[in-house]
Amino acid sequence: MIKIDALIIGAGPTGLFTAHQLKLIGLSCEVVDNLDKIGGQCIELYPDKPIYDIPAVPECTGEELTNNLIKQLEPFDINFHLNERVDEVKSQNDNWFVKTSNDKTFLTPNVIIAGGVGSFEPRKFSPKECEKFENKSIFYSIKDKKIFEGKKITIFGGGDSALDWAVELSKKSKVNLVHRRDEFRGAQSTVNKMNELVKSGKINLFTKYQLINANGSDQVQSIDIKHDDGEIINIKTDYVLGFFGLIMQLGPIANWGLNIDKKTISVDTEKFETNQKGIYAIGDICSYPGKLKLILSGFHEGALAARACFKLARPNEKYRFEFTTTSSNLLKRLGKKD
Amino acid sequence: MPKITYITSDNKVHNIDVDNGLTVMEGAVQNDIPGIDADCGGGMACATCHVYVKEDWLNKLPKKEDGEEDMLDMAFEPKQNSRLSCQLIVSEELDGLEVSIPTKQG
Repeated sequence: MIKIDALIIGAGPTGLFTAHQLKLIGLSCEVVDNLDKIGGQCIELYPDKPIYDIPAVPECTGEELTNNLIKQLEPFDINFHLNERVDEVKSQNDNWFVKTSNDKTFLTPNVIIAGGVGSFEPRKFSPKECEKFENKSIFYSIKDKKIFEGKKITIFGGGDSALDWAVELSKKSKVNLVHRRDEFRGAQSTVNKMNELVKSGKINLFTKYQLINANGSDQVQSIDIKHDDGEIINIKTDYVLGFFGLIMQLGPIANWGLNIDKKTISVDTEKFETNQKGIYAIGDICSYPGKLKLILSGFHEGALAARACFKLARPNEKYRFEFTTTSSNLLKRLGKKD
Repeated sequence: MPKITYITSDNKVHNIDVDNGLTVMEGAVQNDIPGIDADCGGGMACATCHVYVKEDWLNKLPKKEDGEEDMLDMAFEPKQNSRLSCQLIVSEELDGLEVSIPTKQG
């Protein structure tokens, strides 16, 4: 069990800056995120898109913003628990007991939810039959590519993941690539490579088709795909892979007894505390009158929530407001002064 | 004020007056029309405001900008008449527009 002053759920820009604020005022904290990397929506949805409304940063991409925030955290040694989703938050005496999907447990007086719009989960196929084949013959990510060797694989999607895997798996498997339109949004070089493999017969390409059915008892034996003009064809396949990007699901947060309305959590604007003492919500996931879903708002919300955490983590101390320009305490924590 | 018709997945018809300048997405969210999540808040960074536009309106709408079709790849059951409702700005020309909301966004 990890005992800390505050646990942050979500490693997006808001969570990262809040970690900075907590460490700066002398509290310990760790961060959990369901994604396999730091950066949240910035890194998952728009790593290359420029952002123009971060104060004092005229222009930066989602990736640059993330890298700068990570750099700002360098003076502090912060533990990140990636690829883990917080599944359980329950009250234990005056603390919160938190458990992740990997069975890691935390005990802390403060839980800060900086969860964006929930956790990213792969978008799945819509036909109902697909559920029973999930993780048997239908996959949304690849852990061990060896199982596909010598098999018939059908890949759906038009982005980099779909194309990269189509190219890679075509070396040792028979690959069908199915996409809902003619254009691909993956990198041009990968699209070119894929087109060459189509020409040389290594990949069978089906465009303007979508999956309508998966057939088989225990394992998939064939699938039906439908063209925009209505034509349906049946393809024999051993495995089906879907790469439709990630969607955000509120997930287990809905079960923690918080006031939730339209996927957002109500908070006050003094501490950004929810209806549960010691649980805060900041960034895109919180709502209050006048809430703006901007990164800069998340920074403000995190700074205030961090101060509120101090009261619960250090009930016998008084929090003293200090500036980084002048406080030797803060400069020491930042590693700028011995 | 332009009227926009939203048909929810339970086939209920909602005729809503939407102010000029708002998006079709905002018209739905502000009037509690279920089924439009708009997770990213209108930034074309998700596909959870996806709607099907009634066929005869398709050519009357502003063309898709770069990126909208890419996001629609990630939508739930996209079709040829799919649009992201956050990209449709309401004006007098859109008076009477009819959109259907998919059975789910996720």
